[in-house]
Amino acid sequence: MSEVARYSRRLVLGAGLAMTATVALAGALGGVAFAADTVKLGVSIPAATHGFTGGIVWWANQAKAELEKAHPNLKITVKTASGAPEQANQLQDLVTVTKIDSLVIFPFESAALTQPVLQAKKKNVYVTVVDRGLTDPSAQDAYIAGDNTAFGRIPAEYIAKKYNGKANIVALRGIPTTLDNERWEAFTGVLKQHPDIKILDGKYANWNRDDAFKVTQDFLTRFKDIDVVWAADDDMAFGVLKAIEQAKRTDIKEVFGGAGSKTMVKTILDGSNPLIHADVSYSPKFIYDAIKMTAEARLKGDKLPATYIIPSSLITKENAKEFYFPDSPY
Amino acid sequence: MPSGPKSAPTPTTEARGDRAAPRKASRRFDPHRFGPVVGLVLLLVVGTALNPDFATWDNMMNVLTRTAFIGIISIGMCFVIISGGIDLSVGSMAALIAGGMILLMNALAGSVGSPVAVVALGMLFALLLGGGFGLAHGYLITRGRIEPFIVTLGTLGIFRAVLTWLADGGAITLDNDLSDAYGPVYYGSLLGIPVPVWVFLAVSVAGAVLLNRTAFGRYVQAIGSNEQVARFAAVDVDRVKLLTYGLLGVCVGIATVLYVPRLGSASPTTGLLWELEAIAAVIVGGTSFKGGEGRIAGTVIGAVLLSVISNILNLTSIISVYLNAAVQGCVIIAVAFLQRRRP
Repeated sequence: MSEVARYSRRLVLGAGLAMTATVALAGALGGVAFAADTVKLGVSIPAATHGFTGGIVWWANQAKAELEKAHPNLKITVKTASGAPEQANQLQDLVTVTKIDSLVIFPFESAALTQPVLQAKKKNVYVTVVDRGLTDPSAQDAYIAGDNTAFGRIPAEYIAKKYNGKANIVALRGIPTTLDNERWEAFTGVLKQHPDIKILDGKYANWNRDDAFKVTQDFLTRFKDIDVVWAADDDMAFGVLKAIEQAKRTDIKEVFGGAGSKTMVKTILDGSNPLIHADVSYSPKFIYDAIKMTAEARLKGDKLPATYIIPSSLITKENAKEFYFPDSPY
Repeated sequence: MPSGPKSAPTPTTEARGDRAAPRKASRRFDPHRFGPVVGLVLLLVVGTALNPDFATWDNMMNVLTRTAFIGIISIGMCFVIISGGIDLSVGSMAALIAGGMILLMNALAGSVGSPVAVVALGMLFALLLGGGFGLAHGYLITRGRIEPFIVTLGTLGIFRAVLTWLADGGAITLDNDLSDAYGPVYYGSLLGIPVPVWVFLAVSVAGAVLLNRTAFGRYVQAIGSNEQVARFAAVDVDRVKLLTYGLLGVCVGIATVLYVPRLGSASPTTGLLWELEAIAAVIVGGTSFKGGEGRIAGTVIGAVLLSVISNILNLTSIISVYLNAAVQGCVIIAVAFLQRRRP
């Protein structure tokens, strides 16, 4: 209960104008649509432990507020978990106590959550899996994810083009996971075609500002000539910029983050940092899209396509406005 | 500032009587005391051999500056561990103090004119908050009779959750002009040595004096060595313990004051796992996990050693990045072996 209270407080504070506008619009549409039977949708996501998951929680609650207003026969329950076992327990509670008939889940780990999700599906729950696929795809009805390959490919192509196939790059990596590997392989894969682009080294900085600061300091000590830092995450880019500023290095021409966080998009929009020119989108908003798509399909009795990849795109000064959500915490 | 309970009628001769003689002897002859130093010197040699940039002044200062946070916390932690206690919450506490002081400074920026005054108030607030959190731990442990492990495991969760809530899961960021005013506290230097290193040095010296040259330091060791005996020797055990946790809280406050200007922000990943690094620094430095005996100098070396390992790993790429943590683990165990006690 306290969780619900917390979320509603946050929403009251944060939602503001955008919500009212959407609600008004959605309310008009809702009057026309024929009411299906009640849909009880459960949403199971990681707790807000860093910027990105903070965004996930915010967008999930945003979806709940908007959709419940628009569809009185829709009940959305959002649960956040801080680990795979807790998420599995919550899943059981959602099925047996809340008696959900649809589920949108952002699994902590693919393998650990496959069985619990399969159990839910056997009880006729419609399952949409977000971001990380399950090891047994038959446990899911639909799969919606961000494009991790593009997350690595887009910055690599951008750098190759902008620097005419000649640059020294140092890279940061996140936490050793399949997701990080996909991005890394896509990034290095593109750059292999450009023999004059050298990736001097890539080290883990755990998607963490402080670790990124330290790793970058050491990169700067080690390499005297760097053109581009691929920070691979906007939080990490923050630490990278501080380390470069401290070392007063002038050889570095660009820092490329990733995910399209609010502050990074604003920086691009304002052109306020000479090292920041572009970013790649990987917005936590995809949880909002997933909830919305699932809820609306279920209300109509439709099915979703088996796989839906939300495209990542290059954010530059020209299009940054489309990616700027000032109310989101991320 | 904590000082020893002056009213204790007799010194703690009973408490230390059986230990005094062997400890004196070990101080003179035990080569294991130098284990951490040997470990650090070996690492420095390896580092220089692998990458000549390692031995540059700039790199040394980078490493010492980033060690300052953990180092300062480790010194407070050293007292707590010597007294037979533990504090698992320091990382979360640092994160919450960082978040709290940034919010306060941002709020004050409008009403208080000069950014320097705002920063000074923020720093004072951080120290008070740290001391307050520490004393709260101390009260729960001494008056509440709850195990320190449980109390601080509880607050580990509480502090971080409150910060995450304050930050809405994102980051709390210091206003720009405040950031400029505050920056020199991390980035500035005095006589070529960065400010955080000076503070680290000052806290180390103060800690060493407090532990080895004051009644309070002797009481802390007596309590960790045998709490019952210390009690019978009329040491105000509860008060001394309370003060050790308060002292650690102040150390966390000092570390946070130095940390905030680095990135000018606090997020739910701030201070993650600092507690383990601080405890590791203390133990690697030769302090007994069971309490009773410990060394400030060893703790300082332990803290530096831990950051040197990751610095060397970042400056080279001979080992797969997947194995970084394994290398760190091996070095920690090897150094602990070098400074082991004879049975």
